[in-house]
Amino acid sequence: MMARSRNFDITRLPGFTLIAVLSFVLLYAPIITLVIYSFNGGNSVNQWGGLSLKWYAIAAQNEAVQSAAIRSFVIAIWASIIATTVATMAALGTSRRAKFKGQTFIYIVINQPLMVPEIVTAVALLLFFSWIKIATGYAGLGYLILAHSAFCVPFAYLPIKARLDGMDTAMETAAADLYASPLQTFRHVTLPLLMPGIGAGAMLAFIISLDDVIITEFVKSAGQDTLPTYMLGQLRRALTPEVNAISTVLLAVSVAVLTVFFLITRKRG
Amino acid sequence: MKRNDKASRNARNGWLLSTPALLVLFVAATGPLVIVVLYSFLEKGDYSGVRWIFSGEAWFRILFERDIFDGTVSLADANLSIIWRSIKLSFMTTVITFVLGLPTAWFIATRSPASRAFWLFLITIPFWTNLLIRTFAIMEVLRNQGLLNTFLIHYGLIDTPLQILYTDTAVLIGMAYVYLPLMVLPLFAAIDRFDFKLIEAGYDLYASRMNILRHVILPIIKPGIVAGCILTFIPSLGAYVTPRILGGGKNMMIGNFIELQFGQGQNWPLGAALSTVLLVIVLGSLVLYTRISSRRAG
Repeated sequence: MMARSRNFDITRLPGFTLIAVLSFVLLYAPIITLVIYSFNGGNSVNQWGGLSLKWYAIAAQNEAVQSAAIRSFVIAIWASIIATTVATMAALGTSRRAKFKGQTFIYIVINQPLMVPEIVTAVALLLFFSWIKIATGYAGLGYLILAHSAFCVPFAYLPIKARLDGMDTAMETAAADLYASPLQTFRHVTLPLLMPGIGAGAMLAFIISLDDVIITEFVKSAGQDTLPTYMLGQLRRALTPEVNAISTVLLAVSVAVLTVFFLITRKRG
Repeated sequence: MKRNDKASRNARNGWLLSTPALLVLFVAATGPLVIVVLYSFLEKGDYSGVRWIFSGEAWFRILFERDIFDGTVSLADANLSIIWRSIKLSFMTTVITFVLGLPTAWFIATRSPASRAFWLFLITIPFWTNLLIRTFAIMEVLRNQGLLNTFLIHYGLIDTPLQILYTDTAVLIGMAYVYLPLMVLPLFAAIDRFDFKLIEAGYDLYASRMNILRHVILPIIKPGIVAGCILTFIPSLGAYVTPRILGGGKNMMIGNFIELQFGQGQNWPLGAALSTVLLVIVLGSLVLYTRISSRRAG
């Protein structure tokens, strides 16, 4: 008969901790290597030439990188504003009310970008926008902003809806009891309470737009590279640590935004 | 009658508020998918684009090819091998991420509440960070002069660098690497809801650790396993960036093959037909998944 010792851990399974630690090492080792090599003073990715910010300086002075960086941020800012606005309205329309006909349909359409493979949407937009380009002659950033806004909607919608579902209507009822008009109630009660959700949604939309490769690659006109598509183009040529430097900056932006996101959403619980 | 009024006002407001989001998505996501299906039934243009004549040729071309000279029909081996490779690599990616992901999710779920948030955050960072950057990072590891080969040569395990980059193995390692968080998160969600008293009961009945895993844990977290496998398999099948960078142009998957038709291949209808196939497979497995999970819930 097996005697169970006092510190017998029921949650332990053979080899699980080892594999888990291995997974974390595997996940982070390549990223950390990439970041370290961005500080390489050497001339290629193959040899270490001492600690240096050389490749950051080279990237920062590269006009193609500068314009791609500005373009990436302009698109991400517009896309997150548009996506967050329409997603907030949709969340208000589909939360805290009696279930209505067509609600499931609305859910499916809003979450569609999470389901359809990105390459298929990219091809679809390529075909559709090429019609519009011919018909209107417009070839500006509008196409990229519109495309990014669309696939950012579900990412903005989910945290806003989660926040709304966790809010009860007592505050709004109290405001209405005190003769606040529906608009005043929304402006002074609902909106401030919802703000953390909106902020979280906008942040997710921003980093999703900033990171997009496939749809941007298909929709962009000539000379409309964003940072990710610029990097994809560079990968075909000789590799320099410049790409590491750009990657590290993009990673830092994402991690910073995510950290704020986690702090905002955790405070709720 | 008054209740009816209230219900219809409720529905009207719901729809009105959702309209801007629906408009954006119809214009720049859902609507254009119809064009893809439409193009797959058109005739190929001389250089690129299409002629507006109905044709089933693109669909025929997915599976068969005609000899240019005598018109004999044979199976399109090149296309079929790309489709087969995509399915095979996606399946293997799912298996690898499950083997690594289950213990990882278990590890996170069994930490103390305070440190659990930290470990979860560590998994979520790669989940939300740029797929291109992560693919690029794994490429630097697998290169001939990369971390892995340098390490192996340094310790005398091999003499010449292993050519891993630009092979199916590289694509597989890359996909397992970038999609691992997609497997871990749903598994974690399932294990997090798991009642650990059941394990205690199992041990009280003299079950071994392997029996506890097989007969208690796995059956209960099965919905999470199904969710994780589908959430990993679907993006793997539609992968474009990872096979493009690590497969080096030769080892294509469906996503790259689709792009080729709109680029050098100049066969838009075939590209559209392949996109439709991918769309149908993905949506089909999602419908299957919701059927299975709702049956279990109901």
